[in-house]
Amino acid sequence: MTANGWFQILFLLGVILLVTRPLGAFIARVFNGEKTFLDPVLRPIEKLIYRLTGVDEKREMSWPEYAIAMLLFSVVSLVVLYVIERTQQWLFLNPQKLAAVPANVALNTAVSFTTNTNWQSYTPETTMSYLTQMAGLAYHNFTSAAVGIAMAIALIRGIARREMKTIGNFWVDMTRGLLWILLPLALVGSLVLVSQGVIQNFKPYVTAHVIAPQKVTTTGSDGKPVTQVVSQQTIPQGPVASQEAIKELGTNGGGFFNANSAHPYENPTPFSNFLEMFLILLIPSALTYTLGRMTGSQRHGWAVWGAMAALFLMAVTVAYWAEARGNPEFSMVDQAHSTLQPGGNMEGKEVRFGIADSALFATVTTDTSCGAVNSMHDSFTPLGGLIPLTNIMLGEIVFGGVGSGLYGMVVFVIIAVFIAGLMVGRTPEYLGKKIESYDVKMAMLSILVTSFVVLILSAIAVVEPFGTSSITNPGPHGLSQVLYAYASTVGNNGSAFAGLNANTLWYNMSTSAAMLLGRFFMVIPVLAIAGSLARKKTAPPSLGTFPVTGPLFSVLLISTILIVVALTFFPALSLGPILEHLLMYAGKAF
Amino acid sequence: MKRELKTAFWMTIVTTILFGIIYPLVVTAIAHVLFPARADGSLIRKNGVVIGSKLIGQGFSSAGYFYSRPSQAGTGYDGLSSGSSNWGQTNQQLITQVKNYAEKLRAENPGEPIPVDLVTDSASGLDPDITPAAADFQIPRVARERGISEAQVRALVGKHTEGRQFGIFGEPRVNVQSLNLDLDAAYPMTHSAATPAGERASWGGSNR
Repeated sequence: MTANGWFQILFLLGVILLVTRPLGAFIARVFNGEKTFLDPVLRPIEKLIYRLTGVDEKREMSWPEYAIAMLLFSVVSLVVLYVIERTQQWLFLNPQKLAAVPANVALNTAVSFTTNTNWQSYTPETTMSYLTQMAGLAYHNFTSAAVGIAMAIALIRGIARREMKTIGNFWVDMTRGLLWILLPLALVGSLVLVSQGVIQNFKPYVTAHVIAPQKVTTTGSDGKPVTQVVSQQTIPQGPVASQEAIKELGTNGGGFFNANSAHPYENPTPFSNFLEMFLILLIPSALTYTLGRMTGSQRHGWAVWGAMAALFLMAVTVAYWAEARGNPEFSMVDQAHSTLQPGGNMEGKEVRFGIADSALFATVTTDTSCGAVNSMHDSFTPLGGLIPLTNIMLGEIVFGGVGSGLYGMVVFVIIAVFIAGLMVGRTPEYLGKKIESYDVKMAMLSILVTSFVVLILSAIAVVEPFGTSSITNPGPHGLSQVLYAYASTVGNNGSAFAGLNANTLWYNMSTSAAMLLGRFFMVIPVLAIAGSLARKKTAPPSLGTFPVTGPLFSVLLISTILIVVALTFFPALSLGPILEHLLMYAGKAF
Repeated sequence: MKRELKTAFWMTIVTTILFGIIYPLVVTAIAHVLFPARADGSLIRKNGVVIGSKLIGQGFSSAGYFYSRPSQAGTGYDGLSSGSSNWGQTNQQLITQVKNYAEKLRAENPGEPIPVDLVTDSASGLDPDITPAAADFQIPRVARERGISEAQVRALVGKHTEGRQFGIFGEPRVNVQSLNLDLDAAYPMTHSAATPAGERASWGGSNR
């Protein structure tokens, strides 16, 4: 670990802290329908959208109406994406003449992008046409993020409102999220990315005549080695920057290329790398301020932010430390840090990012539900890989996904005040609202569904041949690969221990189911909580009220999260990454 | 319900046109006004022919060039197969591969510790950079193969070493293509030295 590495980590957190308040306050204004400086440009577009789609922006919805609108939109846009994938060979903007996406991959991908997961079982540069990438995949990067923001805002309204039956209008919340928040940030972000070298064009792939032709030996169809001279390199092109910006900003994470944000055309420089991490954390962090602002308890917003920042620092410390140590089983190799090299575990990492930026990116992308990667998590050291896996299992609530991080965290807040209520023997309260059995049941439902799905599907996959045949790393790491796949899809993260061959019928279908359950069994209980809280009276705080502000509350919240997740996943983790760590230092290989 | 379904349908169409079509077109137009070369891939041309991109790495296996990192993209630096080995740290295949690469390099430059980035696969398989340590390690071999002094090679490496961006971001690095192109321009190789070295030709890609 180096001083510069730590400086980069703290610098990122510092910049995020600086923008949390202004952006959080702006988001609150947008969803309260107050005036903003963007109104002259965006208000006419907004009105036009409502006219074309038949939305009455004055109409308020109850929580079931809100949920139904959200579900209908998700289903319709999912179907449209599926149709685009299956018909891309007849549509425009397909200079490579790519064929239709196979049915089970197309379905998996449609589910994946609609649920903000961006799990990818295909190789994008040889599967998806430019039209599919921009109008299908990047489009869903916008809308799935906007849906997430809308859900978070609906929940915040539920907490803030008193004795009301409604929690807002889904169509209005989604449209305003798209226009006022995502569009301007994505536009600016994508242009800064182009300035660093991220490509943005519609040209066919370029053939380069390489500087030094290479002799390569491959195994021919008859099993004998075939030697050939490779003198050309095909360099893929495409509208990458416009997708890259919203991929990070919307915590989506679906790469334009197979190597995702490790690809030099997606993430060419250390500064583009910083910008991408900044975009990932930006909105989730700001939403904590929005929570404080809209519920009238700014200190509660900061207490939540503080808990997130503490969990973030714990995770990145372990990941950075583990990756900087390297692999004790490599002999003859210099893994020590010096002025000439960062050293450490460089398998599956890029030189321009080194160890610090790779460990940091891995933490950022799994603290949130992003899932973009600038290094290969599968090749991380066992403890380095434990961190992304655990981050996802925590429910991606450390800043978290756009919207989903906040509502996931509020679910844990409800559990935390419930536990605190039990300890002092009073009815738990949250910002003046009594937390009753219905609310706690809904909160527990959303937590249990995810762990249930991860563990059951992993259990099936590690005993049945259709599951184990996809494992590419033997020993305990194989279990980690499977656990990661289901944690990532249920958590709507989308990153992977990518050695696992996920493009099989079993994995395409089971991960699709995991993504749908993870998204909607989270969102619907959350909306139910929103509806329930909105109907309640607000009671003034009394002596028996456990305060949801200050460091004491942050510590209680962190403890609740760690205990719930440790109790659920520790046995599985001890058989995967923890066992692998012990065996690696005992000199074992598989 | 029926009304909401109609809204969902039209909302999908209208927002697809706005965010799926118009937005990327606007970004493309502005990008080509502001940064045309970068938007088109930072391509390197020689006599009008594209010979690569500054950002996309290429394989170099002849001893007179600086080697780039091992690549698992197809048969090595295949632009259509970006990606890595995804081997775990306790996977014997990884440990063996690292050992094989290290033995080859040790034979070419005995006694020096081997920088880790020269024996490990990059994440993209298209990493255009090596660390200054990896460049330093290769200076004696390249100088020997080209029949020039180490100081001459070291001067070129120094010229192509990039520090941290803005002094803080990322890690110091050396762009392999730029360095090798400059090397060819300044100290051209005789034909025999320029042919690919037979033994060391295959860069990974065997298991995928």
